Amino acid sequence: MESANSPTVSELRKTPLNAVHRRLGAKMVNFGGWDMPVEYPSSGGLVAEHKAVRGSVGVFDVSHMGDIRVRTGRSVGGALAAVQHLSMNDASKLAVGQAHYSALLYPQGTFVDDVIVHRLGEDDLLLVINAGTREKDVSWVRENTKDFDCVVEDLSDTYTQLAIQGPRAIDVMRKLTDANLEGVKNYWFTHGTVCGLKDILIARTGYTGEDGFEIYVPSDKATSEEVWTRVMDAGREFGIIPCGLGARNTLRLEAKMALYGHEISDTINVWEAGLDRYCKMDKGDFIGRAALERAKAAGLTRTLVGIEMVDRGIARDEYCCCSEAGEAIGVVTSGSPSPTLGKNIALAYVPPAMSALGTTVYVQIRGQRYKAQVVPTPFYKRPKAGAAPQVVKTA
Amino acid sequence: MAYPAKYRYTKQHEWTDVNGDVATIGITDYAQHELGDVVFAELPKVGAKVESGKSFGTVESVKAVSEIFSPVSGEITEVNGELKDTPEKINSDPHGTAWLVKVRLANPAEVKGLMDAAAYEAFIAEAEKGKEASA
Repeated sequence: MESANSPTVSELRKTPLNAVHRRLGAKMVNFGGWDMPVEYPSSGGLVAEHKAVRGSVGVFDVSHMGDIRVRTGRSVGGALAAVQHLSMNDASKLAVGQAHYSALLYPQGTFVDDVIVHRLGEDDLLLVINAGTREKDVSWVRENTKDFDCVVEDLSDTYTQLAIQGPRAIDVMRKLTDANLEGVKNYWFTHGTVCGLKDILIARTGYTGEDGFEIYVPSDKATSEEVWTRVMDAGREFGIIPCGLGARNTLRLEAKMALYGHEISDTINVWEAGLDRYCKMDKGDFIGRAALERAKAAGLTRTLVGIEMVDRGIARDEYCCCSEAGEAIGVVTSGSPSPTLGKNIALAYVPPAMSALGTTVYVQIRGQRYKAQVVPTPFYKRPKAGAAPQVVKTA
Repeated sequence: MAYPAKYRYTKQHEWTDVNGDVATIGITDYAQHELGDVVFAELPKVGAKVESGKSFGTVESVKAVSEIFSPVSGEITEVNGELKDTPEKINSDPHGTAWLVKVRLANPAEVKGLMDAAAYEAFIAEAEKGKEASA
């Protein structure tokens, strides 16, 4: 699985909680240059972690992700203008205390990265970005805001970021903070005292398709380990377990959330990825807008769909999709068994003509063709409060 | 989990138990632990030929696909049908009831080239040490 020139563990970047993961006996993996836990065998492994998040609560160390703050320069308005120039969603529509999903685009209308934009203040925004694109994104933001009246700060190493996810996440959070969590709706945030630490960002965001919170605490090792311990202690009565990147991937796949380098990349545009609703063409100009106009006029040549295996086989990342006749027609971007559904699912790019629900597509697995069909997405949707879990039915 | 003294082992973490001219083949406890929860095993049919050192199927977890390399050459005489519905047996009993296939040996002398239990245990101890150093 590893390349011939794999870095040694000592060359990989480590989050402040690296020693904790190793003490817990986590299976570690090189993720984008970071030494990260993929699963924790001692608490049951990937499937157990996935199920814990869907059924109760789990905690992820996501400190490898990056954070860029864009705030006022000399006069108010420059930071918002800068973010509006870089980001495809409309940041002016965010209330202070609100966040949204967006993306930074290249002039071709393809992805630099996807991002969560948090409006910290009238003219003060926090962009949370992917681990693998940290340096690229910071350079991109600095380069493209030179002519704007704002200050750009790379805060990536300032935070230990923990994601507490699942239907009981709020119960865990209530024990850790006296901030008013009831007032924090989905994709909103607040600041409060967490584990005795003042002014901690508490965001109702996540990458699992469940309710949950992400907290941003100081990144020194002692504080980070103390907070981790307190989260685990607070969550014990709800069955909390530590969760790794393996479960993080299966959870986000079921919820049809994009992963950079898979569903989105520098060669895929917004329309192909189906992220239209986060792209506000009418808000004014932004990098990539003109190319997206042209692309819209030209029409799609490929589109992202959800597929479910019909034949016995597992479609995985980068496997080829083909027609019944055997002609290569597309590619799987992310594929895996789904622990919640008990089926083998995938996201794939196919021609628009093959994107209708129920269409049969074939996946090439080690030289053989296996039948799959296009199904609705997201594959999993979390239940509304009080309702039974809803699994999206196939067509 | 102990590595049965009677079995012989490969560097790709398969075991083989030879009785007369029939070899039973499976993956080792080390292999199943590396894989995680097994969800699927793709095995050949009875009558298929296998070749020493060549891949004849896969065992898959949620996260990974692991090819299975045959320790021996010969013809498949039996395939473990239980693994279709209960692949997780490969995690719980990799050396026993989760055997994968049985092979009629074409060349019984091949088995001599495989590691015994002591050599295999030393081999995986080295592998673990190597893992600490590299990613």
